[in-house]
Amino acid sequence: MPVIEVSHLTKRYRQHVAVADVSFSVEEGEIFGILGPNGAGKTTTVECVGGLREADGGDISVLGLHPRRDRDRLRQVLGMQLQAGELPDRLRVGEAVELFASFYPNPRDPGELIERWGLGPKRDTAYRELSGGQRQRLSILLALVGNPRVAILDELTTGLDPQARRDTWSAIEQIRETGVTVLLVTHFMEEAERLCDRIAVIDSGRVVALDTPAGLLAGLADGQRLRFRPSAPFPDALLTDLPQVSALVRRGDLVEVRGGKDLLTAVTAALAGHGVIPEQLRLEQATLDDVFVALTGRRAGSPADAVQAK
Amino acid sequence: MRALSTVARSEMRLFLRDPVTVGVAVVVPSLVLLGLAAVPALRNPIEPTGGLSFVAFFAPSLLAISIAMLGFQVLPTGLATYRERGVLRRLSATPVRPASVLLVQLIINLITATIGAVLVVAVAVGVLGVPAPRHPLGFAAALLLGTAAVFSVGLLIAARAPRARTASGIGTLLFVLAMFLGGVYLPKFLLPDWLLRIGDFVPPGAGVLWETWVGTGPELAPLLVLAGTALAATAGAARFFRWE
Repeated sequence: MPVIEVSHLTKRYRQHVAVADVSFSVEEGEIFGILGPNGAGKTTTVECVGGLREADGGDISVLGLHPRRDRDRLRQVLGMQLQAGELPDRLRVGEAVELFASFYPNPRDPGELIERWGLGPKRDTAYRELSGGQRQRLSILLALVGNPRVAILDELTTGLDPQARRDTWSAIEQIRETGVTVLLVTHFMEEAERLCDRIAVIDSGRVVALDTPAGLLAGLADGQRLRFRPSAPFPDALLTDLPQVSALVRRGDLVEVRGGKDLLTAVTAALAGHGVIPEQLRLEQATLDDVFVALTGRRAGSPADAVQAK
Repeated sequence: MRALSTVARSEMRLFLRDPVTVGVAVVVPSLVLLGLAAVPALRNPIEPTGGLSFVAFFAPSLLAISIAMLGFQVLPTGLATYRERGVLRRLSATPVRPASVLLVQLIINLITATIGAVLVVAVAVGVLGVPAPRHPLGFAAALLLGTAAVFSVGLLIAARAPRARTASGIGTLLFVLAMFLGGVYLPKFLLPDWLLRIGDFVPPGAGVLWETWVGTGPELAPLLVLAGTALAATAGAARFFRWE
């Protein structure tokens, strides 16, 4: 049985439809990514799942609980890291973790958690003295201190420098080992590709694709790109007639071929049959960025035309 | 219950880490009184007060400082800051209800205001020889209702102010008004009667505090108005409080 089930979720703010129709389910122990441009409805979706907002339509069940009706019971087993949820300036790291631990029946050990998330040296530091990366780690840690079975992490690396981002990712990989089911909101492709078992791509309040990262890439018609310098001239049709090839471009004496699955095998075989050797051959894989552009017509970081949900 | 007590301990610690607020709210009114009393002339009976010393005449006004500062300024600004920075929202994602923070902050500020007020009375009566409140029951009622009215209005500000800076601005305005009407900035014998009459009804009800401590006893109307203000403002705050 899935841990999280969302079917036909809708949510609007006055005239603006934030979530038009979103369905997905998350299995136990999975890290499930929700990916989309700003304003696509990602945060609204997870806030409905977490019971912070009331859905207008559709059904949500988390561990068999209804996010609003069973709110108190859900809070015991669900940890949330929110985009805009700061702590009092003068509260110290150790105090914050112990405070939050006291809210739950079976919390994790605060001291051990602080060490594991690399905040040991900052235990007595006030919140306002922490760097962005340290605040972010503290925020994730607070979402986990209650020993939750499900964790919702919203934009966990936004505003972090690349090193802090990688540190956070390794930390999330530790969560996977503990068997916690994670719902991860992001607009970073690299993050989704590295962490997620499956990804739902959301655009303008709808799920436009739902698959594993590899599955999303494989679905791309020109997901692969070959570049080489041919040892002898050959007609374009030799390659463009292949079913695996979608496009061919010549740049000086360089040839670039795009296509889907098995592109490399098909192209090298055709060239060999013609007596042409592809020199300096390079194969480039598409990234989730390319998938995203193909699905939504936009880069992931760029805002949707829709009014941003607040 | 355990969560509420750890929230209380945590908020208490944070409150005490802001020594300026604590100092001004608890100690400054008493220090002002002691400073005035160091001037011998202010300890002798004078004419415009009807035979009281200036220190005795002025002491009831100082009561208003702790109450108005904590209730009009510290409480609403603190809560509005918590809302603006998402602290209340963060808590609403845990098993703790954000209302518990509101409750805890209210209690901490009330206790602090009480300590400040009691200290003024203790210093005035115990150290400076000002007569003890002449109408102790009325005095207690005035202090209670005045404080309740100020803190309820503070909660109402916290309920609706969109940002911490707005809350702080409104709070400061009310604080200055309460100080002026209460005769803290200028002694009451320099203020016109109609202004003093307004001061009887505006929280914390400086007029009633004065009448019950060194005057002729409480008037019912101002006490009722203060009680009504407290009820109305609390109901408004409960009805309109924005958690995020």
